[in-house]
Amino acid sequence: MSLKKVHEDQPKDFKFNSENLKKVEEIFKRYPEKNKKSAVMPLLYLAQRQNDNWIPLAAMKYIANYLSIPYISVYEVATFYTMYNLAPVGKYFIQVCTTTPCLIRGADKIVKLCKDKISPNENEISKQGSCSWMEVECLGACVSAPMVQINDDYYEDLDEKNTKDILESLIKDKPLKPGSYRGRKNTAPEKKLNTNGENHA
Amino acid sequence: MPKITINGKEIEFEKGMTVLQACELANVEIPRFCYHEKLSIAGNCRMCLVEMEKSPKPIASCAMPAAEGMNIKTNTSLVEKARKGVMEFLLANHPLDCPVCDQGGECDLQDQSLYYGVDKSRFVENKRDVKEKYMGPLIKTQMTRCIHCTRCVRFATEIAGVPEIGAIGRGENMQITTYLEKSMESELSANVIDLCPVGALTSKPYAFEARPWELKKTESVDVMDAVGSNIRVDTYNWEVKRILPRLNNDINEEWISDKTRYSCDGLLKQRLDVPYIKKENKLQKSNWDEALDLLIKKIKEVQPNEIAGHIGDMINMENALGFKKLFNLIKSNNLEFREKKFYINSSEKINYIFNSSINGIEQSDFILLIGTNPRHEASMLNARIRKAFVQKKVPIFSIGDPGDLTYDYKIISDKTDEIKKIINNESELSNKILSAKNPIIIIGESVLELESGKYIFEEIKNFLIQNNKISQEWNPLNILIQNASTVGLLDLKIIPNQKENNFTFFNNLENKKFKLLYLLGSDNLDFKKDNEFVVYQGSHGDRGAEVADIVLPSATYTEQEGLYENLEGRVQECKKASYPIGEALEDWKIFNRIIKKMGLNDTTNFDQLRKEVLNSIPNFSELNELPKNAESKNSKIQSNFVSEKITIRELDYYYTNSISRSSKTMSECRQIRQKIKKDGTNN
Repeated sequence: MSLKKVHEDQPKDFKFNSENLKKVEEIFKRYPEKNKKSAVMPLLYLAQRQNDNWIPLAAMKYIANYLSIPYISVYEVATFYTMYNLAPVGKYFIQVCTTTPCLIRGADKIVKLCKDKISPNENEISKQGSCSWMEVECLGACVSAPMVQINDDYYEDLDEKNTKDILESLIKDKPLKPGSYRGRKNTAPEKKLNTNGENHA
Repeated sequence: MPKITINGKEIEFEKGMTVLQACELANVEIPRFCYHEKLSIAGNCRMCLVEMEKSPKPIASCAMPAAEGMNIKTNTSLVEKARKGVMEFLLANHPLDCPVCDQGGECDLQDQSLYYGVDKSRFVENKRDVKEKYMGPLIKTQMTRCIHCTRCVRFATEIAGVPEIGAIGRGENMQITTYLEKSMESELSANVIDLCPVGALTSKPYAFEARPWELKKTESVDVMDAVGSNIRVDTYNWEVKRILPRLNNDINEEWISDKTRYSCDGLLKQRLDVPYIKKENKLQKSNWDEALDLLIKKIKEVQPNEIAGHIGDMINMENALGFKKLFNLIKSNNLEFREKKFYINSSEKINYIFNSSINGIEQSDFILLIGTNPRHEASMLNARIRKAFVQKKVPIFSIGDPGDLTYDYKIISDKTDEIKKIINNESELSNKILSAKNPIIIIGESVLELESGKYIFEEIKNFLIQNNKISQEWNPLNILIQNASTVGLLDLKIIPNQKENNFTFFNNLENKKFKLLYLLGSDNLDFKKDNEFVVYQGSHGDRGAEVADIVLPSATYTEQEGLYENLEGRVQECKKASYPIGEALEDWKIFNRIIKKMGLNDTTNFDQLRKEVLNSIPNFSELNELPKNAESKNSKIQSNFVSEKITIRELDYYYTNSISRSSKTMSECRQIRQKIKKDGTNN
């Protein structure tokens, strides 16, 4: 993960819409008045949600003024955390987990597929459709490795074939449904429900 | 006092100290990069690890509070190993470019790697490479060398009050930068160069100029403003290569302003090296004999009371006294040193100095600025006000709008009426002043220039005396003088007949009563030249030389010895670090030549002048110390109140004197400042 760079084409203005302004009020209630600046992270998240999944500089300035903190403080936070996107991402933003459990279970094959199907490099918007992908660290779903996160949804228990299907469906703008691709319910055992230690080894 | 054992030696320490400070008390040196006395504690370089009894791991001594009964060891193999480990990590990504690095010779990393460095590297991966960052015309960056101590970040946020530097990214990719690589908008920005323990932030104007061991170091004082910051002048041959701050906790602590530091390239440019005489409306090179003959001829042509002298902003006290003696011989007493018509009552010393003292600002519990912008008029003093604001949340009020001062303050009004209200106990401020234990009222030159300047000063003083606020322990009355020479010259009683009319010189100048005007290093005097014969004696071809008929070249503050009195009335010695250029001479030597040419034998020498200066300073205690407190005489002076708007005269910060106007670096800074003002952007 190299240093995140801000995008070259930046929108001039940014403002929270009325719906998000209400949410900001809610967020502020979580912090004591003198620690208002602690709201910088949820506010950045809100801005990312509102602006097609990435944070423009205008939004950072807006948030800095909103919280009366220096621009650099917001900039520091935004560049520190990997989940804040500082450049536009595709309509379908695919985050491939490549931490050890997923990697052992074949995450490298998923990465290769992403390179073939979407774009040769990370964080590049695909020529066909609107997708972009990036490698990320553990997303906490090791029990269903390997997995990817597409926008807000987890696609789990993947293999080469169904990953290919999923990616193609995204390119056609008709995404397949999230969840386990080996028919598991949540993270339940695959074949038979064992309750109370019956049939346990 | 609690006790701590360091390397088997028991010592006492003050409560609240860290282990590192306690070690310093015991004369044990602890290596460090991120820790700095004047900054907050970060604890991120880990170089200061020491062993503490009962702790399984070494502790970071800079961040660990010292406690009663601690047993600290700093010379064990555990400590040595720990520090070596830290050093190895620091050097893993640090380039091996010491031979081309400007920090070489005064680099903390270089010095400490001598003791804790390993001669081989076990790091086989590629070293990190970071692009250079733009930080303005003063700071050269080479960010690959950065070890992320964050001293610069803390300085910008805490001391300078311009939170523009930060660390972006994380882990190996962490980078120090200003917000979007803009230049730092501070008068103290270049101090980060001194703070940087490695060669990441170095001085741009001084890049590749010299190595520290080649330089001759002279401890001196600064004359760019009236604060009298303590500086060290580094010279290579006769050239002043750079100016660095010298620690003085009473004045500038460890910092100096950018103007103090970087005007020094102006010492080499636009210099007057030989006497000039105006012939056919053009200044032409001449020699001392010709120039002085002409000067004496002119002096003899006019009446003594038609001769006037104006003393500039950077003239030391000995030279000013020599000038006064010269004028006594000519039998003229039309002397002046103020550049603007501001009211000053020189009958007693407390009337024109910063009585609360710069150190005293930290003890204050209320600050009122009247018509002053300390950020530009006295940057180091402003840093002290900021310190009081940050550490003690001192309430700060202002009458008049000074703009951004790097701390929060409340503008009460911009009318002189508010001052009248204060004096009549009608303002909310009166109560605050009277109830505060150590209030500070700072009166700027801008407000003394007003028609009611006399009223404002005399009535505020009266108000304070009547309410018993001026005592031996505390004096809240402060005048913020802008020029280095002013306080000293007031002490030498250069302006005659104070009480009668304060502005005789200016009135006569406007009414064209003077036929010969002798400017001693004076470039900022605003006057329209008609038929006056102007003699300019100074170091730079600046505004004064432009209007002159005779130009006599003299030495700058780095090229001669001299005493200066700072705005607190502290007498400090400026030392000779270099030699006057060409045929230029020290001012007092020029006066001697004139006196000799006039056929008199009243010449003086420097030691005599200094002795006389020291004898004529009122309330003088000793060099580098505050003046003695004196009882204030309660004398009521009649003055008229005029209702006016207080506008603070804006200072062209980077262009205030002839040296800074000749400096290329200062012009660059000024251009950027003006661009920011014009269109709000930068870079």
